[in-house]
Amino acid sequence: MSLFSNTAVLLGKELRTEFRSRELLTTTVVFILVVVVLFSFTFDASSAESRRFAASLLWLAFLFAASLMLQPCFLREQSNDTLSALRLSVTDPFAIFAAKLSANTLFLLLTELLMLPVFSVLFNVPVFPVFGELVVVLFLGSLGVSIAGTALSAISAQARMRELLLPLLLLPLLTPVLVASTRVTLALLDTEPYMEWKGIGFLVVFDVVFLTALWLFGEYLLEE
Amino acid sequence: MTPAAVSPVGIRFENIDKRYGGLYALRRVSLEITAGECVALAGRNGSGKTTLLRIAARLVRPSSGSITFLDRRNGAITAASRTGFVAHATMVYDELTAEENLLLFAQLLGIAEPAARAETLLAEVGLSDRRKSLVRTFSRGMRQRMAIARGLLNEPSVFLLDEPATGLDPYGVTWLAETLRGMRDAGSTIVMSLHGESEISALATRAVRLEAGSVIADTRTGASLPSILTFAGA
Repeated sequence: MSLFSNTAVLLGKELRTEFRSRELLTTTVVFILVVVVLFSFTFDASSAESRRFAASLLWLAFLFAASLMLQPCFLREQSNDTLSALRLSVTDPFAIFAAKLSANTLFLLLTELLMLPVFSVLFNVPVFPVFGELVVVLFLGSLGVSIAGTALSAISAQARMRELLLPLLLLPLLTPVLVASTRVTLALLDTEPYMEWKGIGFLVVFDVVFLTALWLFGEYLLEE
Repeated sequence: MTPAAVSPVGIRFENIDKRYGGLYALRRVSLEITAGECVALAGRNGSGKTTLLRIAARLVRPSSGSITFLDRRNGAITAASRTGFVAHATMVYDELTAEENLLLFAQLLGIAEPAARAETLLAEVGLSDRRKSLVRTFSRGMRQRMAIARGLLNEPSVFLLDEPATGLDPYGVTWLAETLRGMRDAGSTIVMSLHGESEISALATRAVRLEAGSVIADTRTGASLPSILTFAGA
């Protein structure tokens, strides 16, 4: 069976289990809502400052939410040793990563899209005129977060202090994604919106480099 | 079930060491398991049985030494493409139904007509009427039946089982013994870790005893098998 079909089957499993329990999505949406609301209390949303700081606050909230969402990614496979069953069944171990990072990207993107209207109201920033462009940067940013996060989740799942380890490793590693995504979003929320192509290019390069590294070395992350 | 005759595959362990930090889980284990043998691994807790089985399943890489899969003519083959493994843990998803679990792994293994295979195995393990139930609602014995069904999905040439009777009731043990007998007679190689004598241990054609990661006894003699399996509180 090919990498693509193995990935499709595993992605189906990831989506089925999540939409059946809704544990991860519900928790993340509530968490991100609380963070965005708390941030909105910290300064006057009607001021011009809102446009300056809203993008970075938004991406910080997404990053915190991602570190919460990615935690159980491989931990779920440990309770019944299902990761071993997957390793015995797939032809290419990268299929396990590909399915998990696709599901994580999808869940993260869904959460972000749900949060955009709330963010728009609380921070008094119009997002709908640049909605298409925002989806592009949200997708590229979420993909970068998911690729690095899925790899680190596989590492931290086997470690002691695993709950603390993932955010400790993930947040510094994702600083470049945070900076690039914030800059692109900031440009899109400007009074005269424009696409910051340099930032988009950086996000594409980040995603390609980390995806290639995961494809080359992912197998070793799954070993006992 | 009368399993179809399989292409027999043996296993050769050569000077296998497995260290976790400074601790040796296995120490210089050399063992040649002939195609079609049914081997019972015995030993106290922590003697290395599980590690040896996980190395054979290619889930754990040995620190040194090598493992080779051999066909009947003793020719090395690159991989045992049809290895089944039943571990201590059930290796199935609690959040999926019995049917979804088997279908998932059958699809990943590239089995032709995965739905039919899943249905057949559910009938064999006696879980047909619970096929739409989530595995998390199952008892320990039912979960173990699921684990065995998953291990049998690809009609393995090499079947590795780690204490397979755990949680099974007497009917389950009898069913498992019959299944393993059928597989052994069809030419499958079976390696299983066991504690003490049972209907399942009676199937063994060879017993290997491990102590502190080393092989301390290995016999194919019928009369010696029970004594190796029960030796010193195994």
